Amino acid sequence: MTRVKLDRPRVLLVDDYPDAREMYSEYLEFSGFDVVEAANGMEALQRAVEEAPDIILMDLSLPVMDGWEATRRLKADERTSRIPVVALTGHALAGISEGAKRAGCDAFVTKPCLPEDLVKEIRKVLEHPSAAASRKTRRSDKHAKTS
Amino acid sequence: MGETHGISRSLCLIKPTGEETLIAVGSYGLQRQAVTAYSVSLEDWNHPLVSVLNDRRHVYFPAAHSAADRRRRPSTPFEDDAFHVAPLNLSGFSDEAVGLLLFAAPPQVVGEVSWFTLVFGQKVDQILRLHALRDGDRRQGRERSLLYSIINAVTDPILLTDTEGRLLIANARALTLFTASEEESEGRRGAVRMNNMLLSSALSSKAIEETGAARRELLLVNPVDGSDLLFELLSTVTDDPRHGTGVVSILRNVSDLRRASEEIEENYRRLRVAEAQSRAERDRLNLIIDSVADPIVVTDAGGATSLMNEPAERMFTMPHRASATEQRWVQANDAHFSSFIAGMLVSADQRRVGEIGLVDPMTGEAMPVEAIAGKILSEHGELTAVVTILHDRREALEKAQLYEQLKQASDELERKIQAATADIAHQNELLRRQAIELEQNSQLKSQFLANMSHEFRTPLNAMLGYTSMMLQGVAGPLDSAAKRQLGRIESNGRHLLAIINEILDISRIEAGRMPLQISTFKIPDLLGDVKSELEPIIMRSKLTVTLDLPKDLKPISSDRQKVKQILLNLLSNALKFTHQGGVTISARRATGERTLSLSVADTGIGIAQVDQEKIFEDFRQLDTSTTRAYGGTGLGLSICRRLAEMLGGQIAVQSTVGKGSMFTLTLPLQGRK
Repeated sequence: MTRVKLDRPRVLLVDDYPDAREMYSEYLEFSGFDVVEAANGMEALQRAVEEAPDIILMDLSLPVMDGWEATRRLKADERTSRIPVVALTGHALAGISEGAKRAGCDAFVTKPCLPEDLVKEIRKVLEHPSAAASRKTRRSDKHAKTS
Repeated sequence: MGETHGISRSLCLIKPTGEETLIAVGSYGLQRQAVTAYSVSLEDWNHPLVSVLNDRRHVYFPAAHSAADRRRRPSTPFEDDAFHVAPLNLSGFSDEAVGLLLFAAPPQVVGEVSWFTLVFGQKVDQILRLHALRDGDRRQGRERSLLYSIINAVTDPILLTDTEGRLLIANARALTLFTASEEESEGRRGAVRMNNMLLSSALSSKAIEETGAARRELLLVNPVDGSDLLFELLSTVTDDPRHGTGVVSILRNVSDLRRASEEIEENYRRLRVAEAQSRAERDRLNLIIDSVADPIVVTDAGGATSLMNEPAERMFTMPHRASATEQRWVQANDAHFSSFIAGMLVSADQRRVGEIGLVDPMTGEAMPVEAIAGKILSEHGELTAVVTILHDRREALEKAQLYEQLKQASDELERKIQAATADIAHQNELLRRQAIELEQNSQLKSQFLANMSHEFRTPLNAMLGYTSMMLQGVAGPLDSAAKRQLGRIESNGRHLLAIINEILDISRIEAGRMPLQISTFKIPDLLGDVKSELEPIIMRSKLTVTLDLPKDLKPISSDRQKVKQILLNLLSNALKFTHQGGVTISARRATGERTLSLSVADTGIGIAQVDQEKIFEDFRQLDTSTTRAYGGTGLGLSICRRLAEMLGGQIAVQSTVGKGSMFTLTLPLQGRK
């Protein structure tokens, strides 16, 4: 759509549920983000390489390849390992957030999550002073803080 | 006479006094040998010579010339020659002839012969008498000395006295009592004098009384040792025409007799005592025998019953007014027992044990008994009695039967127990499988709920998201009515979300899928977090929330997340149900106990006493209207209570309607892992 605006941060939105994808996409566009969508993990990997998003919103329960596996691969790929990943899940079972963090997610958001709350979380991650640089260090910091 | 009358041969036979034989005492002209051997028995009445003696008539036997002649005349030393037989009469009227005179002479010599025989007979008689007198004297002397030796042999004193009491005859024993020579000691003579005096006084006084035998006691002194001798005096008066009246006295020593009679008395007494003892013994024996519950029967050697105890009588004696049936029973018992005893009597066994089928005559019940019989033998080994004890075997049989039943029951029980054990094992196996299944089911359920929750949340996410976007005017401005309606959608969506979350929590708690994560944390920090998390609501409510914490409060060890969840719930409830005033959160450590109490007190609407327990139940609010007025799912407090219990603590409420409520969470300082 409006991909030309380079000042707009690019968000890769990965969700298999079209309504949710559409809703978040619409709200993110509305909030000033450039949105790229993917419906499963494989697609997400492809898009992440192709589109080089600034941040990835990753639903964990996905067909073809789930969010954990996709995150692990993203973090393992030199080209994509620096992109922050915000895990997004409707599962509220204990240990899910832990698993997500082990997979390499930088933040964790539980669905249902209001669009505005999601935007707040994205901004928080992006606005972190060293969001673009030394992400691994920051990530390990976060680990220590939350565990 | 022979020469004058031509008598050449003669023989004189006489009959000695007291003898029944005619013997030859003198002969002339006959052979001496034939004469001395000749005698005639007077008992031979048919003898011609005996007839001559008895008839006292002269007889002439002519000479014998044939065997027939010889048979008519006696055999004499004259042989076949003719001879005369003349009886030697005492007188012409005498009824007795003392002998016969046989002589050979011519037939006519009778005149002179009869005169001679008379004179000769008288002479012979005289000679015989003299002879007999001398014999008598000799005999009398013999008899006298015999008599003396007899009376001397008698140990009792025997004496003959005259009427004056003078001693005429005394035996040896009497002499020692009543006579003493001059050489004897003075004492002995004195004793003898005294004895004589005592005797004569006894006899004289006796003589006064009566004639005839009389008995009386006479105490004399023994001259030998001076001891008293008691005699029984037995005296008899004898009248002798030649010697006058005398008294024969026999003294029987009764000193010994008295002793004997005393002894007899003593023996009799002993006998009586022994008898009493034996009676007592017998009574005791009877008592013992009767007290034995088993029938005991004593049978004599002939098989007759000599003793029975009471139980035996019941078996073998006819009861009073017995019916015909009862009589038959008793008779049958008797017959059975008798045959047993008969078998015992003929056998050589000393002991015999057998079984007899008796019938209880009282009830008619069959009564098998064990009979134990023993023979009692005398010193000489003769059978005197048979003692039989009958032991009722019913009890034993019953016991055996009971034992058998018991054994069967026990076997049955054992079988049942084995079956039950097998069943239990089977059930256990089933239970184990069920437990595994349940565990699997529980996991499946948790999985299902997790999935459900996800499936619920996904559409709810979109609904809430779009609503929020619309309210923000993403799709353009909205009028106030649309905004109000969208607000309702949003609040109900949130409520639905809360319900889904809490159901999920409960199911996780119940499935044990909410593990404890114990850490040590500070209460003030926790309460600060809680307060700040609810800050928007606090701001909206315009209530004051006060923390009342002691300064020295130490960190506790528990699951921080869960404690926080409880306190969040309690505080949000307090804020929800309080319209004015404030909420105070306080912490107190109970003295002496290792617990911490966290209280959330409000000044709200309060809870009635009857409802104070209900509020902890699932889906409970005081009434449905409160749900609408205050929101909430009605699951919050029930989750709080479950969480508190998981942490080893509890939640209690104190409340007054219209004044406020205070919920207190009590936790152990050191939570269990």
